[in-house]
Amino acid sequence: MTVPLKPNDYSAYPDAQGRFGAFGGRYVAETLMPLVLQLGDAYAAAKVDPAFQAELRGYLTHYVGRPSPLYFAERLTAHFGGAKIYFKREELNHTGAHKINNCMGQILLAMRMGKTRIIAETGAGQHGVATATVCARFGLPCIIYMGAVDVERQKPNVFRMNLLGAEVRPVHSGASTLKDAMNEAMRDWVGNVEDTYYIIGSAAGPHPYPEMVRDFQAVIGTETRAQMLEAEGRLPDVVVACVGGGSNAIGMFHPFLNDEGVRLIGVEASGHGVHTDKHAATLTAGRPGVLHGARSYLLQDEDGQVLEAHSISAGLDYPGVGPEHSFLFDVGRAQYISCTDDEALAAFQLCAELEGIIPALESAHAIAKLGDLARDIGKGGIIALCLSGRGDKDIFTVADVLGRSI
Amino acid sequence: MPNRIDARFSALKAQDRAAFVAYVMAGDPDAATALEILRGLPAAGADIIELGFPFSDPMAEGVPIQRAAQRALKGGMRMKGVLELVRAFRQGDAETPVILMGYLNNLEAYGHAAFARDAAEAGADGLIVVDCPPEEADPLADALDAEGLALIRLATPTTDDARLEVVARRTSGFVYYVSVAGVTGTKEADADIVAPAVARVREATGLPVAVGFGIRTPERAAAIAKVADAAVIGSALVDEIAGALTDGTPAAARVLALAKRLADAVHGARVSETVG
Repeated sequence: MTVPLKPNDYSAYPDAQGRFGAFGGRYVAETLMPLVLQLGDAYAAAKVDPAFQAELRGYLTHYVGRPSPLYFAERLTAHFGGAKIYFKREELNHTGAHKINNCMGQILLAMRMGKTRIIAETGAGQHGVATATVCARFGLPCIIYMGAVDVERQKPNVFRMNLLGAEVRPVHSGASTLKDAMNEAMRDWVGNVEDTYYIIGSAAGPHPYPEMVRDFQAVIGTETRAQMLEAEGRLPDVVVACVGGGSNAIGMFHPFLNDEGVRLIGVEASGHGVHTDKHAATLTAGRPGVLHGARSYLLQDEDGQVLEAHSISAGLDYPGVGPEHSFLFDVGRAQYISCTDDEALAAFQLCAELEGIIPALESAHAIAKLGDLARDIGKGGIIALCLSGRGDKDIFTVADVLGRSI
Repeated sequence: MPNRIDARFSALKAQDRAAFVAYVMAGDPDAATALEILRGLPAAGADIIELGFPFSDPMAEGVPIQRAAQRALKGGMRMKGVLELVRAFRQGDAETPVILMGYLNNLEAYGHAAFARDAAEAGADGLIVVDCPPEEADPLADALDAEGLALIRLATPTTDDARLEVVARRTSGFVYYVSVAGVTGTKEADADIVAPAVARVREATGLPVAVGFGIRTPERAAAIAKVADAAVIGSALVDEIAGALTDGTPAAARVLALAKRLADAVHGARVSETVG
């Protein structure tokens, strides 16, 4: 394989065809193609419309609670004895995760386009809750597709979605997890093209979704960059985030892409280990393919059948990854490492005990790598970690693994 | 290599009758049964065969074809095995066009050029790739052109006139008109709505138009056959396999019996109109 040329401007993607180098594009059924093209036009117009951006900023400030703090994790820093560790506190957003940044942007776009029915897929339920929340806020009917396995392991979030007025439809096809929920949401969209808007939660799917989700999540990195300059007078040495589909990571990374002195590190879920068949480390162990509307790295067999992913964290349990991450991986601008279920569980408990913050199991995958990174960079260095969500939703899963009944 | 698709549509046009296109899934529920079905379809009246290759994530399919793909994958069907089925069928039938239908990732994994070469060598005539719109199709179209295989495009109720020009680019054989906005096997096609759409697609592309996605019964197949060049039926046929597996009846016989009823309805559609 040829090594791609280093771009002059890493942030200049996607191109007009929705491509990040060799990745991305619009691989959808013809029925959806006109809708995807219309959505691209509508988003391009909204992106440069000051009124749209001002409206979004208003809701982010007064409803979501932005900006989120950049917090110096003093005791974890002391514990590891290396670089200073900062948390970007996305778990303090309304609904408890970064997902609402994107949902707020997309629902405003949906209303601008005159759509009257909202659908979404969800894995851990965080995106489903965020979607149900904005639908309640703006009075739109909401249908959430969720793998039947995830419905079972994320019951609190299912109940939250119901309280918010959303209908949760369990998906029984395939392995009954996030990938299957996304297939089912696409099938709904194909059958309801007139009135329905599909709020994709990850920086995946056909163009313009990867660009749009990234733009709505880039508020994370933009704030982090400014807050770090204010706190430390310089940029961090390392920015780290967990990667499933990769929406919090791309939002955190993107404003730093052209700061080449800042190392960008994504942490994938390696489940029981990348050498087993139970993991979700797509960039570490996959190869390029086409799924859910985009070309990107994919866990697949030799015949191109998509493999089931595994992670203790439902939000990382996805065999694909957003196309921009595939691009950043191939050109070497970001590095991707992986973290097992066990490492994430240990980090989950460590963060709770030392910082008084119960992180989402997703975010715990990034936290688990802080020790190595902090010692590697050493004292005087700075790490910024995206704490993408809070862990209240995960206490049942964790209690179960620890053999405790609650 | 003979162009079986064009030859078949020309012959049917001379007889003023529509084609019955039968869709079955390769390897459903196993390779031997699938071959028995394939071999029996021309005698049952299928003018063209669409042979699905199973994908783990068939986004545009309703439950019947999703389950057919899962049965085939569980039965061990691989892309090489799909082409083996075509080759075995072709040994006994030199004329019935075989169109392979499925999703892009399996072709990506195989390699476009290698797949086109092997598919042509096995005796396939064309390809329908559900998640490969014209904007993304050039690499695949180049590979198929090199082997003389048709790339059959889809047009849908959401395809307007401007888009139809894009759809028509680099297409050959026929155009597959998706009669309903939805996945396979869920909604029903309305011949009164389909008729003007078919005329519009035929006008824009100069190609025969096959209609599918919303036809389950002989009555509806006959209604569509009056206004289109072909009627495609898939979900109803693969549901016969599901039914056979449930009650222990012979799967191939059930599929072929339904195919015969559907073929008779399609072939008789314009005749009965003339008489009655």
